[in-house]
Amino acid sequence: MIKAIVNVYLKTGVLDSQGKAVHHALDSLGFNLVEDVRIGKQIVLQLDETDREKAMSDVTKMCEELLANTVIEDYNIELV
Amino acid sequence: MKVSILQFPGTNCEYDTEYAFKKLGADTEIIWHKSETIPDNTDLLVVAGGFSYGDYLRSGAIAKFSPVMKAVTTYANNGGKVLGICNGFQVLTEAGLLPGALKRNEGLHFISKHHHLKVQNSDNIFLKELSDGDIVNIPIAHHDGNYYIDDAGLQELEENEQILLKYTDASGGVQNPNGSVASIAGVCNKNKNVFGLMPHPERAMEVVLGSDDGVNMLKGFFES
Repeated sequence: MIKAIVNVYLKTGVLDSQGKAVHHALDSLGFNLVEDVRIGKQIVLQLDETDREKAMSDVTKMCEELLANTVIEDYNIELV
Repeated sequence: MKVSILQFPGTNCEYDTEYAFKKLGADTEIIWHKSETIPDNTDLLVVAGGFSYGDYLRSGAIAKFSPVMKAVTTYANNGGKVLGICNGFQVLTEAGLLPGALKRNEGLHFISKHHHLKVQNSDNIFLKELSDGDIVNIPIAHHDGNYYIDDAGLQELEENEQILLKYTDASGGVQNPNGSVASIAGVCNKNKNVFGLMPHPERAMEVVLGSDDGVNMLKGFFES
């Protein structure tokens, strides 16, 4: 059994309004060390598959077809 | 004139859309998303607004895999006229039938109010009853209406006259409610048979309800 953790974020250069709002809030709390905030979503997939290569290739297809909108989003996949 | 209106679980503007097109004299039919075909005599296919599949994952992301969408893509690729309003616009961008994508509004709020729009390009069947530079007053109601396209894509839209409408103030000055690139409120595809916009012309059919500027927009689809 393989677990795939997919993180989806807005692409660099695409304004992340939520990240910006949270950045402002952290600033006003006095956490001035924060330089940038990006907010994304995490999708955790439990796979009935033991071949890591096959899992990676299938999850990549899932990202391209559904899990991310590649016009505005980037994704990364971690297998555990 | 036959108008077929798509209905997904969570669609909520199909009856307003039906009212609007009936008022203009069309025959209408509501098509449930499980249908694998659309009526042969369809002159215009409308993807109505709402919250298909609860906007889960992303607005329009799940709807694009509904059985009816294959027929919609075939219909559009054969030159059939398609109009996506609000969530319908989101569905059409997710399905790749229109360029760009709709992001969360810049101010993060759901916006529901009348907004002025300027006609950017009227050389298409949808806006043919209007002229470039005309201002219309149409309701907007969305959380994810922040149109995004990259610089190269924007240039292409401009060159091909694919930008239909831009958000403005009452006199046509810059006013951008949601952060959309170039204040874009609606676009069409290169072939000018697939149209999408976030504002709701079907909710602007009666003066007593604030505006009937939607009449001259939707009338474009009828033979003049």
